Amino acid sequence: MTALDAVRRRRLRVPAALRTPVAVVSLAIIVAWVAVIVLAPVLSPAGPNAQSFDRLTAPSAEHWFGTDQVGRDVLSRVLHGARVSIPVAAMLVVASLVIGSILGAIAGYFGRVADEVIMRVADLVFAFPTIILAMVVAAVLGPSLSNAVIAILVVSWPPYARVTRSLVLSARQAEYVIAGRLLGNGPFTSLSKDVLPNVAAPVVVLATLDVGTAILLLSGLSFLGLGAVPPTPEWGAMVSDGVQQFSSWWIAGFPGLAIMSIVLAFNLLGDVLRDSLDPHTAETVKGRAL
Amino acid sequence: MNVLLELDDVRVSYRQPGRGRIQAVRGVSLSLGAGTVLGLVGESGCGKSTIAKAVCGLVPIDDGSITFRGEPVRRLGLRRRDPHAMRIQMVFQNPYASLNPRRTVGRQIEDGLRVNPDQAAWSVASLLEEVELEPAWASRYPHQLSGGQRQRIAIARAIASGPDVLIGDEPIASLDASLQARVALLMRKLALATGAGLLFISHDLSVVRVIADEVAVMNAGEIVEQGRVQRVWEHPEAAYTQRLLAAIPAVDGLGRLPG
Repeated sequence: MTALDAVRRRRLRVPAALRTPVAVVSLAIIVAWVAVIVLAPVLSPAGPNAQSFDRLTAPSAEHWFGTDQVGRDVLSRVLHGARVSIPVAAMLVVASLVIGSILGAIAGYFGRVADEVIMRVADLVFAFPTIILAMVVAAVLGPSLSNAVIAILVVSWPPYARVTRSLVLSARQAEYVIAGRLLGNGPFTSLSKDVLPNVAAPVVVLATLDVGTAILLLSGLSFLGLGAVPPTPEWGAMVSDGVQQFSSWWIAGFPGLAIMSIVLAFNLLGDVLRDSLDPHTAETVKGRAL
Repeated sequence: MNVLLELDDVRVSYRQPGRGRIQAVRGVSLSLGAGTVLGLVGESGCGKSTIAKAVCGLVPIDDGSITFRGEPVRRLGLRRRDPHAMRIQMVFQNPYASLNPRRTVGRQIEDGLRVNPDQAAWSVASLLEEVELEPAWASRYPHQLSGGQRQRIAIARAIASGPDVLIGDEPIASLDASLQARVALLMRKLALATGAGLLFISHDLSVVRVIADEVAVMNAGEIVEQGRVQRVWEHPEAAYTQRLLAAIPAVDGLGRLPG
């Protein structure tokens, strides 16, 4: 391979869609939050649960985001909250992506009984509003962060299963899949080699869009007292605390802003990824003249 | 003649929602010997491709039998294909759909090599050379190749597995006119060089004439005429074959436009 080839290749690795302002801003926000996750103890002026005597102070030079009703520094709690909300939400999305797409792929590829059983269970979950069903599951399991995670997993896999199933359903008819089967691919080889790599893009986009939803669900459950238990600095729980102190807007306001920024960033990134992975728009990016 | 593939009174039908069953193939008998090229011609929808699919076990047959080296061809269900049946390989019509867009062409040719009982027969590089492509192109992805180049890759992949029966299901229909004869001749050359029988399906009698030894003409699910290609070309017996031959446009250089 010539040097020119190598250069051209490397440039093509970064899709044009990821070089747009929207993509750069959303990636910057995500990178900033990742930095906060790593550096929270260094960046925070105080511990997340350290109490000082001045309660309910408005944002000032000393406490940038003010203090809450028991005198904890809101900035420190928001920064430490990133260590709870974001990794848990990311984990949730990855887990529901894996569970949902495996079940959906099985339903789509094998059809018949597998399809009926998996998709009817998915329909059952779909029949309830997400947050209500998550609340029921969380309430049954008891309030804790790990139970909230389980509750969200229960309600969040069906969209992946449904999308993956429909994609697999058409992809398994593709001639290259049949050609592979004629060359002796068994069902699982066929799925992993030919089918899934070609349906992954839309599912991954869905997952990116879902990180925001997962953070909101987690925060929602915590807000309702079904997720993170005090004094865990979880953003939803912090908003819930703050709502009781309505005149002290900063207690709920700053964690709320934190939730908004990360949800927005992931939604925008999801849109960008959808554009760059769409074969119609991506062809101009990936296509290489011979 | 050493008969490899034998179709005896094969019938295939498809269920059409609301319109009952449609008979796609109505009692077709064919036999294909090693080292011969059998052309199967007919217009669209006459059941040619259904025969190709049935031979590969991709559609169930209602009646009759398909035997490959004396053993019946079983339906390819969800399970791994019977190694015996893997000696039948197919080149599909659309080279834009028959290669996995996310794997390099070299890897896809390796898929074929893996099931070849004679592991020393080919390498990816030798196959690429055989189909008149650069060996270095093994690292390319299908979207970096043209339609004709992709079809050559598909042929290389089928040949890589060392088939005894190679089926071309309209393999040249989506290629540029200038490439059609070259790709068809390439298939013939490779099939015969490896001692395989080639079942070449096409609607284009003029190409089949060039590459086939024998030809079967199909109309509405039935074979209307069968014989040595030269004989059918020069003295067609069935009325349908005569019409088919008359429909081949004469290359007279006048450049008339239809209509």
